[in-house]
Amino acid sequence: MAPHTEQLTRPAVRLRGLTRSFGGRAVLDGIDLDLPAGQFTALLGHSGSGKSTLLRAVAGLDHGVAGSGRLTAPERVSVVFQDSRLLPWRRVLGNVLLGLDGKDAEERGRAALEEVGLKGRERAWPGELSGGEAQRAALARSLVREPELLLADEPFGALDALTRIRMHNLLRDLWKRHRPSVLLVTHDVDEAIVLADRVLVLENGRIGLDLTIDRPHPRSYREPVLGEYRERLLAALGVTEDHA
Amino acid sequence: MTTVTTTTTTAAPAAAAPDPPQVRRRRRLSPGRRLPAARLLGPLVVLALWAAASAAGRLDPGAIPAPWTVVRTAGHLWTEGTLPTDVLTSLERAGYGFAIGLTAGVLLALASGLSRTGEALIDGTVQLNRAIPTLGLIPLFILWLGIGETFKVAIIAIVVYIPIYLNTHAALSGIDSRFVELAEVQGLSRLAFVRQVVIPGALPGFFVGLRLGVTGSWLGLVVLEQINATSGLGYLMFQAQNYGQSDVILVGLLIYGVFGLVSDSVVRLIERRVLSWRRTLSN
Ligand SMILES: Nc1ncnc2c1ncn2[C@@H]1O[C@H](COP(=O)(O)OP(=O)(O)OP(=O)(O)O)[C@@H](O)[C@H]1O
Ligand SMILES: [Mg+2]
Repeated sequence: MAPHTEQLTRPAVRLRGLTRSFGGRAVLDGIDLDLPAGQFTALLGHSGSGKSTLLRAVAGLDHGVAGSGRLTAPERVSVVFQDSRLLPWRRVLGNVLLGLDGKDAEERGRAALEEVGLKGRERAWPGELSGGEAQRAALARSLVREPELLLADEPFGALDALTRIRMHNLLRDLWKRHRPSVLLVTHDVDEAIVLADRVLVLENGRIGLDLTIDRPHPRSYREPVLGEYRERLLAALGVTEDHA
Repeated sequence: MTTVTTTTTTAAPAAAAPDPPQVRRRRRLSPGRRLPAARLLGPLVVLALWAAASAAGRLDPGAIPAPWTVVRTAGHLWTEGTLPTDVLTSLERAGYGFAIGLTAGVLLALASGLSRTGEALIDGTVQLNRAIPTLGLIPLFILWLGIGETFKVAIIAIVVYIPIYLNTHAALSGIDSRFVELAEVQGLSRLAFVRQVVIPGALPGFFVGLRLGVTGSWLGLVVLEQINATSGLGYLMFQAQNYGQSDVILVGLLIYGVFGLVSDSVVRLIERRVLSWRRTLSN
């Protein structure tokens, strides 16, 4: 166990025997999982393994999906989707403020935009932003609510490699400053290793591998130690690298 | 109008080495920039042809009088005839009918687009109403409401409310489920969800319906006034037909045309203002 996880007492997220099925087929098959408060966790798994299903269950978005089990999650949860999901008819600041009220809301929205490097774009329309900028606006929208838990479903999947690396740094910075628990769904093993302190692999409806990555940040893809984690994860995912 | 221009400004006059192949701009497939006042150009050409043919004596003035005759008749009817009252009567009918149809269409669409009970009660009924050609209702409405203004306004209102209802309802219920999910995540109240997500998202559909409704109100007006009226533009034209006054008929048609053009432009203008966020996407 990573040293910092021991001082954390109550887990932010607790799943016990969580089951979700579609048409009689169990996609999540009795998952037990604790996410300590403030931990940065990545969730890996094959396409169709149920990562999004798990995330949506934790977010409380799976209306009408058959399932059972106990699930506790914090009050303030934010979700970042794969698409930035900005309302095209609201300006960027208006999107960040969606669902937020209070006197200082606007001030906080501007501060959040500044944090993600979008100062000065408050009055832009979402249609005028590049893909990376839109995703940063979406990050600002989820952070401005000071979430205790940040759920992200392949938030960088649609971005190019360069932008993605910059977003990794940004996300990690933001996490350090605000310390929400993070559950990041990704299909990118490297992304998981570079960002997360704990990597889960979802397999046959269960957590097949639970790996703590106790390496200092910032990490680079090239660190040889990370290569070991990489191979273990790839093995758990059933991918064998052929070095021949 | 093609705008395939190749930039040759950087070509150095180096004679010996063959120039690397120039990057040619691709042939543009979109029609390119709008001509200024493009929508007036066609009508102006028609007008010019008409005037030329009349001046050359190629048109039978009994069938198609010259443009200047029409203008003179219009001036004459305006100052000495009943034209001002006729125009006012027609405008009033179309205006009332349109206002009622617009209100009804929007309210019904909101009621049926935002609640399942509303949808169950309203949507099927409107669909049924739509299946009956509204102008076919005229005899029945005359029986019910008499031959006065009420029945005319009622028919116009029906012609207007149907497209507004259909398009607004489709837009309201076709709201992108991803945005619904977003609103849930952001913890929006039901009211905030409707006001900030559903209604703005449905506005483009509403405007499609609105433009159809505007066109519909003029169409309904023309038909009603020609069938059965004792005043109004249609009546004026009907009378002129009996006396063989083709210039008066043309005056009426021109005024109908101006009505249609102006109201459509007004709706377009409002649409462009309200949906200004859309312009960023169409680039
Ligand atoms: N609404 C739904 N109705 C029916 N089946 C569904 C539904 N949502 C998900 N599934 C099924 O559940 C399984 C898991 O889907 P899920 O979206 O959770 O996978 P995933 O791990 O997120 O995959 P990906 O990496 O491709 O996003 C898939 O087999 C999918 O077909
Ligand atoms: Mg998924």
